[in-house]
Amino acid sequence: MLLALLALGLIAVALATPMAVRALRRVRERRAVAASNPTELTLYDPGRERRAELRARELLRSCVNREEWAMYRDLGFIRVAGRHTRRASDRGPKPSGYAYLIYPHKPIVAFLPAEGRLLSEYCVEFPDLSGSGGATRLPASDDVLAKWMALTSDEERVIRRANMHLVGRQLDPARVRRDLWRLAKWERRRRERGELPSGAQ
Amino acid sequence: MKPGHGEVLLAEGDRHLEEDEERLVEEFRRQLEEGMWAAVPTREPASGRREARMVRGYGDIPPDADRVIFFPRASGG
Repeated sequence: MLLALLALGLIAVALATPMAVRALRRVRERRAVAASNPTELTLYDPGRERRAELRARELLRSCVNREEWAMYRDLGFIRVAGRHTRRASDRGPKPSGYAYLIYPHKPIVAFLPAEGRLLSEYCVEFPDLSGSGGATRLPASDDVLAKWMALTSDEERVIRRANMHLVGRQLDPARVRRDLWRLAKWERRRRERGELPSGAQ
Repeated sequence: MKPGHGEVLLAEGDRHLEEDEERLVEEFRRQLEEGMWAAVPTREPASGRREARMVRGYGDIPPDADRVIFFPRASGG
């Protein structure tokens, strides 16, 4: 009986050995392929986005005006005067006209600073052109910088490319009005502390 | 600016050196061919106000520019 079992065991081992060898070979082949192609081993790095955002903030700070940077740091958005308003402000201390609010990954809002009236929202994005299917997007501060550069350099082009809607399609008008109120309060406080010229809008 | 990565250094060099400039021109063209927009941060001497200037060709880059930033072209969201 014992001999029979031993014989059966030996037969089973003999039959299983080629299968085990083949399986081992497949594992080795897969490892060799993975080693030759590093992208196969790419793992999700949870810190990558955070590091990208930190770099983006530094880049934004190095490009925009000091006041705009402080606005973004404290309030989370940047106000940019419209092109015609910017030209007028160079000629005189009291600019009038329109301006934009730039939010990260949200539409640009056009408004009239003097009246606080919201005009429209411009939905614009900077899609991934690398062919990854648009699955990734710019870090928040890079999105703000891209909008800032596009608006301050070629306002017409970016506005022409954007989808225009009345405020309320993506952004809550009450929230935007509240942001304008926060902005006015922030500027008043800075002016009182002497951090802002009294003529600044 | 690269979606998913943020700022990526593409090329650097002294544009007054011939071999550096060839490399910079090559990279500039490659970025524009990929559909990127190029902008140079500027500072207006009179008002001190900072803006950006869109550049459509290597020759449009202001002589005193220390960097060119490429970013994906805008499209309706």
